Amino acid sequence: MSLTSADIARIANLARLALKPDESERMRVQINGFFDLVEKMRAVDTTGLEPLAHPVATFQDVSLRLREDCVSEPNMREANQRSAPAVEHGLFLVPKVIE
Amino acid sequence: MSNSPTALHELGVAALARQLRERKVSALETAQHFLARMRAHTELGAFLAIDDEVTLAQARAADQALAAGNSEVTLLGVPMAHKDIFVTKDFVSTAGSKMLAGYRSPFDATVVAKLAAQGVVTLGKLNCDEFAMGSANENSAFGPVSNPWDRTRTPGGSSGGSAAAVAACLVPAATGTDTGGSIRQPASFCGVTGIKPTYGRASRYGMVAFASSLDQAGPLARSAEDCALLLSALCGPDLDRDSTSLDVPAEDFTRALGTSVAGLKIGVPQEFFGEGLAPDVRAAIDAALKEYEKLGATLVPISLPRTELSIPVYYIIAPAEASSNLSRFDGVKFGHRAKDYSDLTDMYKKTRAEGFGDEVKRRIMIGAYVLSHGYYDAYYLQAQRIRRMIADDFAQAFKQCDVIAGPVAPTVAWKLGDKSEDPVASYLADIFTLPASLAGLPGMSIPVGFGAGQMPVGMQLIGNYLQESKLLNVAHQFQQATDWHAKRPQGF
Repeated sequence: MSLTSADIARIANLARLALKPDESERMRVQINGFFDLVEKMRAVDTTGLEPLAHPVATFQDVSLRLREDCVSEPNMREANQRSAPAVEHGLFLVPKVIE
Repeated sequence: MSNSPTALHELGVAALARQLRERKVSALETAQHFLARMRAHTELGAFLAIDDEVTLAQARAADQALAAGNSEVTLLGVPMAHKDIFVTKDFVSTAGSKMLAGYRSPFDATVVAKLAAQGVVTLGKLNCDEFAMGSANENSAFGPVSNPWDRTRTPGGSSGGSAAAVAACLVPAATGTDTGGSIRQPASFCGVTGIKPTYGRASRYGMVAFASSLDQAGPLARSAEDCALLLSALCGPDLDRDSTSLDVPAEDFTRALGTSVAGLKIGVPQEFFGEGLAPDVRAAIDAALKEYEKLGATLVPISLPRTELSIPVYYIIAPAEASSNLSRFDGVKFGHRAKDYSDLTDMYKKTRAEGFGDEVKRRIMIGAYVLSHGYYDAYYLQAQRIRRMIADDFAQAFKQCDVIAGPVAPTVAWKLGDKSEDPVASYLADIFTLPASLAGLPGMSIPVGFGAGQMPVGMQLIGNYLQESKLLNVAHQFQQATDWHAKRPQGF
């Protein structure tokens, strides 16, 4: 398997990354180098094995916990917006998305 | 002034806590001493944020509590620093990324808050690889960190600033995080002691997320005893704020220190001693294993047959989780935003292209690809199935032994720049730390000697789930019998 520059462009779009042409090319070579390493993994017979998403599932039940449906956090709007790039009247500003 | 014959910076956490409690030294003078050392050794590049005012205010508060005779709090006045992957209210939190340059968190990470509740004074924030992605600390947007044993070499990563600062006695101890070896490998490269607990022991709340099913916090210090004290303070359930926090009570991990290792069965995985292992590292590990035999332990040959497979499995799973976690960096709610853009999508793309470094972009790309339609089963699910095999291999191994021992890394710390152009070469060097990470097991690194270039060699100890007490004692017994952990780099 080898990724083409078109593949890299598709993935960069999915990942929302604007890559410069030389960066894309370097990325293509490096990612293909990486996938050579991954080939060994693809050949392993894993029939009947349950994927392990959570390491603790091997020794403890990890069913999802639910907390009480009540307000637990105080209002911290100002503190939370302090590091935002653009804020007006307590709202996050983004470029126009609906004409 | 201190009446102590030993300089303050040579004292470990346990000794400092004792001196503070006995009022032989004040928290303020302790904090001032370390701040002066940190400023005298900026050439290491270990710190990303220092704020004397904040630190000294915390120290004064600790002195008041000490004067009031507060004995409930175990680490009152003990100073330490935090890896910059933990968010803090009082210090800028960057995760080593341009994306978060100048970021001020509205809250403290649970680990930071738990240590503060035990009286810890924060000395500042430590350099690390961007979003904890790296094995050499060269992926920090704010420059690399030097190894105090040889400034032309890497301190390891991603907790490179933590390990370097502890080794150089700029701090008595530091927090780190370990996703695929990021506490154990820098501890090994810098000759300090570090532990990553069982996955779920330490809260991930306020730890900037890299790979959520792998990330764990832990301490780096100059002895197993100090690590035990700190680990006891920073672990514990955080059920409302971390969905994968373990519902097991906090423990005193110092309680087993002092138990003899006579009769202990140490599993030695043959796959950790293959041709990839450098002879100088092997010699130091072999000598350490002999020392354990002298102490009455028995070595048991074991097998972890999927050791090599752990590299592709980890480097599929971790980037997949990273690509999802890092989607939050979009230039809207916090962090960097590009200056010029044509529309919302363009703003996202340019913001992320400018804010992330090369390695982070590579991992996001790999992650986005393996999660995309048509590839998910072949890569992501296949990796998770082999992850189960790796965990099963450990379960088999622990039927024959109490702990597992082997090298942390195939070589000593390499020269800065040596692997920076070849990401795959750097991934391959993670081979011995990845299996325990994928299985979620607790793992340590303890200094056991020196290899090529007089650089430290760390031995890895892996315990079964929730067996941190035993693991720390096994390390402690070695440190009672030897003095490798007490060696200091020249000039510090």
